[in-house]
Amino acid sequence: MKRYIIVRLLYTIVVILGVSILVFVVTHMVGNPVNTMLPLQATEAERAALRHQLGLDKPLFEQLTTFLGSMVKLDFGISWWQQIPALGIVINKMPATFMLVSAAMILSIVVAIPLGILAAYKPGTFLDRFLTSASLIGLCLPPFWLGLMLVLFFAVRLGWFFTSGYGTLRHLILPTITLAVVPMGHLAQIVRFSMAEQLNAQYAITARAKGASETAVLFGHALKNAATSIVTMGGSDFGRLLAGETAAVEVVFGWPGFGTLIVDTIGRQDFPLLQAEVFFVAVVICLINLIVDISYAYLDPRIKY
Amino acid sequence: MSNNTQQGIDEKNSKSEVKKNAFQRFLQHFSGNSLALVAFILLILIIAISIFAPFIAPYDPAKGNIVNRLKPPTLERPADGGFPHILGTDQQGRDVLSRLIYGGRVSMSVGFTVVAIGGTIGTLLGLIAGYFGGWTDLIIMRIVDVASSFPGLLIALTFVMVLGPGQANLTIALLLVGWMIYARMARSQVLTARESTMVEASRAIGCSMPRILFNHILPNVISPLITTFVLEMAHMISAEANMSFLGYGIQPPASSWGLMIGEGRQYITSAWWIVVFPGLIIALTVLCLNLVGNWVREEFDPLQKGRH
Repeated sequence: MKRYIIVRLLYTIVVILGVSILVFVVTHMVGNPVNTMLPLQATEAERAALRHQLGLDKPLFEQLTTFLGSMVKLDFGISWWQQIPALGIVINKMPATFMLVSAAMILSIVVAIPLGILAAYKPGTFLDRFLTSASLIGLCLPPFWLGLMLVLFFAVRLGWFFTSGYGTLRHLILPTITLAVVPMGHLAQIVRFSMAEQLNAQYAITARAKGASETAVLFGHALKNAATSIVTMGGSDFGRLLAGETAAVEVVFGWPGFGTLIVDTIGRQDFPLLQAEVFFVAVVICLINLIVDISYAYLDPRIKY
Repeated sequence: MSNNTQQGIDEKNSKSEVKKNAFQRFLQHFSGNSLALVAFILLILIIAISIFAPFIAPYDPAKGNIVNRLKPPTLERPADGGFPHILGTDQQGRDVLSRLIYGGRVSMSVGFTVVAIGGTIGTLLGLIAGYFGGWTDLIIMRIVDVASSFPGLLIALTFVMVLGPGQANLTIALLLVGWMIYARMARSQVLTARESTMVEASRAIGCSMPRILFNHILPNVISPLITTFVLEMAHMISAEANMSFLGYGIQPPASSWGLMIGEGRQYITSAWWIVVFPGLIIALTVLCLNLVGNWVREEFDPLQKGRH
């Protein structure tokens, strides 16, 4: 187990280094931020001065080694746009996104897992067919469009919620529902599928034959065995949402979180801030994957690292 | 795609159903799954409309009449006697239906290009990794692993940021984040096929490596790959819509479903039709692709058959 975690952490470092270097090289080789930062009529001398000030005139390799050197100390430099340390901006924006994503995940778990279990328990019923179709349709709706539709109906037409903004519980409800639809669909599908698989397995039939109660078979046996696939799906959705997938939905609802920050960063060609975001996202994704993998060992005693 | 599907069908039915023509035999595969058939027909329709957009669209998608802006859907002919704006007009007085038709062209071609190029590169790498094993496999799959751990949206946005937005650059950005899944898929299929008696036999009679790879292994792994292609096309259409919505994909005056939603967003309280229809058509296209993809998986993968 210890060895496994060490190997995985090393792998995480490779991923973080890889993605950071990729983004650094691509932005510094192809990008030309000076043009966006200065007005169109800026002279060649002004452009050169800004390039020098940002350190963009040094050889690429030298810039890269400087960057990697300070990255080890978690220093991504000063954001060109906001003129404060880049990592601080990212960390400041995370609570809003974390709250939204957690609320969406909780909602999807609470709805999808019980319904998925019921559908697998009574296959072919109306509930089963409804859940299968609803989850497929839910996965096909573009989330940002669904958000706009909810705004149109519940905020503009009915006036129950605000069209956008941040701060109160009433602001949280519409974006939470919007973001919960995709994980809800994924979870419902995976719970339905893996529970049906487990309920048809030999051990479940044996358990029933020796007189175990339905509750024991469902929750004590089948759910326990289906848990690994459910956790995998939930973990991957959670990671994806935290990693900036929320951008379009945050823009729709004017949510001041990480997703909105990414969109702004791209618009302003703020390289240090982008680099801090990339680092943060890579860390979050790798950590969630690691936690999911470690949880396997607890959920399924057959898995040993 | 239809070619390979057809091949599979031909082999299956050659003994019992000699008299039926190819189309009838193709239809037979949909028996008991009329939903997939409807999805398939709708998809063909959407693709055909996209291809023949210039002949079908009643108006120029980029030219608007500012006097005519934000007109709701109507069946009445406009004052100049042209085709009615049945889906209304947008903030610049452009016909929403025509923009949807041309937007489909952009969305479908971005999706198709990414899947075709990414699918070819990924599949080739997966075939090579799976067939040769050892170091080749280790290196290719490590690259795939690391690339899959990268945050897709952020990487795509970065590339669009430095290359500049637009259809070609968006396609490149999506390609860079969308090739890995085919490599994984192809490799896992090859690993199974490689151990089969059929491949062992061809190796024994001295077939060359490319021949075994392309004539023996590839046809046997094609159906899961087609499933992946179709489902990934749905993903890529969604991704294109997402990027264009954010303003980092297709650029005006060109039209794309995601861009229409992004541009029409601020008028949503007064002109719902600009935003509602593009979203519906994205959802419909993605749904059809999913239904067809799932059908291919169930119909042509013997392990999946009769599972649901």
